[in-house]
Amino acid sequence: METFLLNLAYLVASVGFIIGLKMLGSPKTARKGNLIAAFGMTLAILATIFIYPHTAQIKVPGFVYALIFTAIAIGTIIGWGIAVKVEMTKMPELVSFFNGMGGATAALIGLLEFHHNVGNPGKMFMVIAGMVIGSISFAGSMIAWAKLSGKMRKPVRLPSYNILNTLMAILIIALGAYIIYTGVANPAYIYALFALSLLYGVLFVLPIGGADMPVVISLLNSFTGLAAAFGGFLYDNMAMLTGGILVGSAGTILTIAMTKAMNRSLTSVIFGAFGEGSNAAAGSGTKIQGNVKEAGPSDAAILLNYANKVIIVPGYGLAVAQAQHVLHELEELLSKKGIDVKYAIHPVAGRMPGHMNVLLAEANVDYDKLVDMDDINNEFKNTDVVLVVGANDVVNPAAKNDPSSPIYGMPILNVEDAKNIIVNKRSMKPGYAGIENELFYNPKTSMLFGDAKSALTKVVQELKGM
Amino acid sequence: MNDILEFFNQNLQMIYIVILMIFVGVEIIGHVPAVLHTPLMSGANAIHGVVIIGAILVMLHMEPSNKLGMAIGFLAVILGTLNVVGGFVVTDRMLDMFKTKK
Repeated sequence: METFLLNLAYLVASVGFIIGLKMLGSPKTARKGNLIAAFGMTLAILATIFIYPHTAQIKVPGFVYALIFTAIAIGTIIGWGIAVKVEMTKMPELVSFFNGMGGATAALIGLLEFHHNVGNPGKMFMVIAGMVIGSISFAGSMIAWAKLSGKMRKPVRLPSYNILNTLMAILIIALGAYIIYTGVANPAYIYALFALSLLYGVLFVLPIGGADMPVVISLLNSFTGLAAAFGGFLYDNMAMLTGGILVGSAGTILTIAMTKAMNRSLTSVIFGAFGEGSNAAAGSGTKIQGNVKEAGPSDAAILLNYANKVIIVPGYGLAVAQAQHVLHELEELLSKKGIDVKYAIHPVAGRMPGHMNVLLAEANVDYDKLVDMDDINNEFKNTDVVLVVGANDVVNPAAKNDPSSPIYGMPILNVEDAKNIIVNKRSMKPGYAGIENELFYNPKTSMLFGDAKSALTKVVQELKGM
Repeated sequence: MNDILEFFNQNLQMIYIVILMIFVGVEIIGHVPAVLHTPLMSGANAIHGVVIIGAILVMLHMEPSNKLGMAIGFLAVILGTLNVVGGFVVTDRMLDMFKTKK
């Protein structure tokens, strides 16, 4: 009976993960899907704590239960607290952080399971694979977290880091294989492997530029799924196995979808052609000729006031300045004047695909006003004014015109087709990809310099007076 | 070599599950609009927190005298809970914003 209940709980949990993830794929059902997955998880955890000891016929001392409950309580309070407090702009690094925690859990399990499985190559393989992947995921996620939260901005590259990383990967596989085949019981080996894996995780992510971090996080996300799946194999645990594999495969597809949206290949992200290309471009100094036209808030307001159709292109700068609310106010003001206003959302606007939608939704922007790149790109030519707020690389015509540009081939918003372009930016500094933008030198472009929040607030005030 | 063959035979069902789940994962994510990539990644992130079950199993099986082991297991359960709770709560928060639109 107890075995049945335990298996049933795991079965329900697995189905919950599948249905939950499926429902997360549609805007209408997404929230419910998340709750279903969370319910499955809770069920699996409770069944493990309360039913498993009976089925395995082990006597668990009371203080172990106390420790488990304390740990869960601490984790819940901290996790809940962080998740509720963090600003939506910090979402990508938060996902990275939580992902790292999962990886660390898998790594610690591997360390603890090592000596139980000496002499059993099959199980030892699961232990080692879970620990190595978990450690890489943990260390890599922490670096990604540091990069995204601005603690570490520039990619760090050791000399011939690609060769170094490949050698390290070979060393890790060799050492792992050695432990599995010889059945050595000396824990020094597993600690050495642990340290090497952590180091590899750091070196793996360090050379990758900040703009590629979402791809890296998504990849590490599927790594952690894989680590969990190895745990499932180790313990013959179906919930761990299905949940882990599901995330592993879904995460891989998601990673590929993201790289496609940026017109990059996974190998170029990992082996770092991007950063090098942009460094070269900056070094060769392909200076763009032309003048930059500056506009004040009143100029911008006049342009907007006499337009019939306005498209807003939001970028990460908007999020950093926390200007999404005032932007929404501007949009409502223009709509009231009978102007057709839409938002053009580039697939990688913000720091993650869909990130910008989350931020604008937070500011109560109508879902129907957010238009995907492919659907809106033909509308720019009929548009009177495009207002670019804190976006740069996603509107850089070099992606279409300049084969030597590192972002060449990336799909962009055809902003330059519009009759007038207002670009709000703090300065002329290049964007995340580190390249110049000829759009700013376009005669149709007016630059509205300043922090997005204060600049837009001034524009709103001007508009109100008109 | 024999070890590998034996492992394959003994775990055949698991291997089937793995392969089927890979296809399920691919199918589920295949046609998702880019809008939902971030919440989806966050939700998937929470689901792999299922690794916490492993941490709990380790603790349940541990000899009570193993102080270091208990400490590491304790830490593992905390980190796993962080992954699960933080992941689901943050996903819910993101999706909540989609819903509050007029």
